[in-house]
Amino acid sequence: MQVLTLSPFYHDLLDALNRGLLMSVALIVPSACGGVLIGILAGTVRAFGRPWMRSIVAAYAALFRGTPLVVQLFVLYYGLPNLGLYLSPYSAAVIGFMLCSGAYQSEYVRGALLSIKKGQYLGAQALGFSAWQTLQSIIVPQAIRRAIHGCGNEIIYLIKYSSLAYIVTCMELTGEGKTIATEYFRFTEVFAVIALYYLTLVSLAMLALKKIEKILFIPGFGRN
Amino acid sequence: MNSSEIPVLQADKVSKSFSGQRILNGVSVGLKRGEIKVLIGPSGGGKSTLLQCINCLVLPDEGSISLAGVEVDLHNKKSLYQLRQQVGMIFQDFNLFDHLNALDNITIALRKVKKISRTAAEKRARLELEQVGLGDKTDLYPAQLSGGQKQRVAIARALAMDPQVLLLDEPTSALDPELIGEVIAVIRNLAGKGMTMLMATHQISLISTLADEILFMEAGVIVERGAPSLLLVPGCGSKSAGFCDRLSELADGECKC
Repeated sequence: MQVLTLSPFYHDLLDALNRGLLMSVALIVPSACGGVLIGILAGTVRAFGRPWMRSIVAAYAALFRGTPLVVQLFVLYYGLPNLGLYLSPYSAAVIGFMLCSGAYQSEYVRGALLSIKKGQYLGAQALGFSAWQTLQSIIVPQAIRRAIHGCGNEIIYLIKYSSLAYIVTCMELTGEGKTIATEYFRFTEVFAVIALYYLTLVSLAMLALKKIEKILFIPGFGRN
Repeated sequence: MNSSEIPVLQADKVSKSFSGQRILNGVSVGLKRGEIKVLIGPSGGGKSTLLQCINCLVLPDEGSISLAGVEVDLHNKKSLYQLRQQVGMIFQDFNLFDHLNALDNITIALRKVKKISRTAAEKRARLELEQVGLGDKTDLYPAQLSGGQKQRVAIARALAMDPQVLLLDEPTSALDPELIGEVIAVIRNLAGKGMTMLMATHQISLISTLADEILFMEAGVIVERGAPSLLLVPGCGSKSAGFCDRLSELADGECKC
């Protein structure tokens, strides 16, 4: 029986990329969850908070949407030590991704919350719902359905911009691949394989999001 | 005072302004058990605001609301929630919850507000939907229902809360003419069962046949009140008669088109 053997280059490449893939997933999952959580909190404050709270959260969103992610990561990893705060490459990357993703997610959440018609609040209030019950049982379930497309899109962006983690020396998929590419000087093949890895990750995320959308689907919802 | 004489619901000298403009000016309305009063008058006269002030969806600036003789504390949220549970409200635009099917539109308030078990809430909801002729539409979402069906679900939803009074804010105004009849039939059925109602409407048949008293509102004040047999007599010169004549002419005009 002939055993398929890989050349040393592909052996090293797949070894490195699989290691990088694990790190990428370890970056993406908490960052996506944290980003959605921050987005929900920040979006809710921006939609319903007191004016001073709204100003603070709006400033946060403007800052993180208005500056490049690379700069944010550099500040977290190389800048904070000047203030005596040292972050590991992994922590700096996850915190940076969460804050950046959360700023974008807050826009989707805010838009979804503000798009709920006044009649939905009135209908609930007229039945004796408290403000909290109205939010929990009527507004949030509807807002989730309106925000899901935007939030899902942001998670897909996050999968791709997680490749910036290697800039702060967190060796994920792109970083591991780049090391091999430099070692063997075979950039085209390495980055083509990296692209396939990302394509697979994004395709899986899209499948999961489609599944969630299907579960949340309600006939005719959001079409009027 | 005999308990039957105490109004189920009493709004006293209710006033409300928006952006400095007086919308309601010291309006008083009382409803005894089983009584049906109909609010009529030109648009912008304050009918909707009065109804919303009565169940405190809009808080009055002045005046008081009493339920079975007990004044509602307008500054206490719990009192407001309790008032709204006992005073059902039907809106012109139905305001059904878009993410819930007909059955859950009814059960959600029973479960969340009245803390009734899911099974009991579903049983009650099915019963109410049967009552309004929608027993076979339990699984349909608002977007899958016609306007008339939506309004009937809204009525079933309000009734499931066992309200003492039902407020109806132009319940047929957003409906196509051919769908109005089914909602009117449900309202007539409620009247037959002795439901206490305060209704703003432009529907002549409801005004003339159901009202125990007509309240004509204009510029935030009730300017005329009385039984239809007195106010709607042709040529009596009342504002109500004139208003209803104009409504009839409009309705006839529509039919001729």
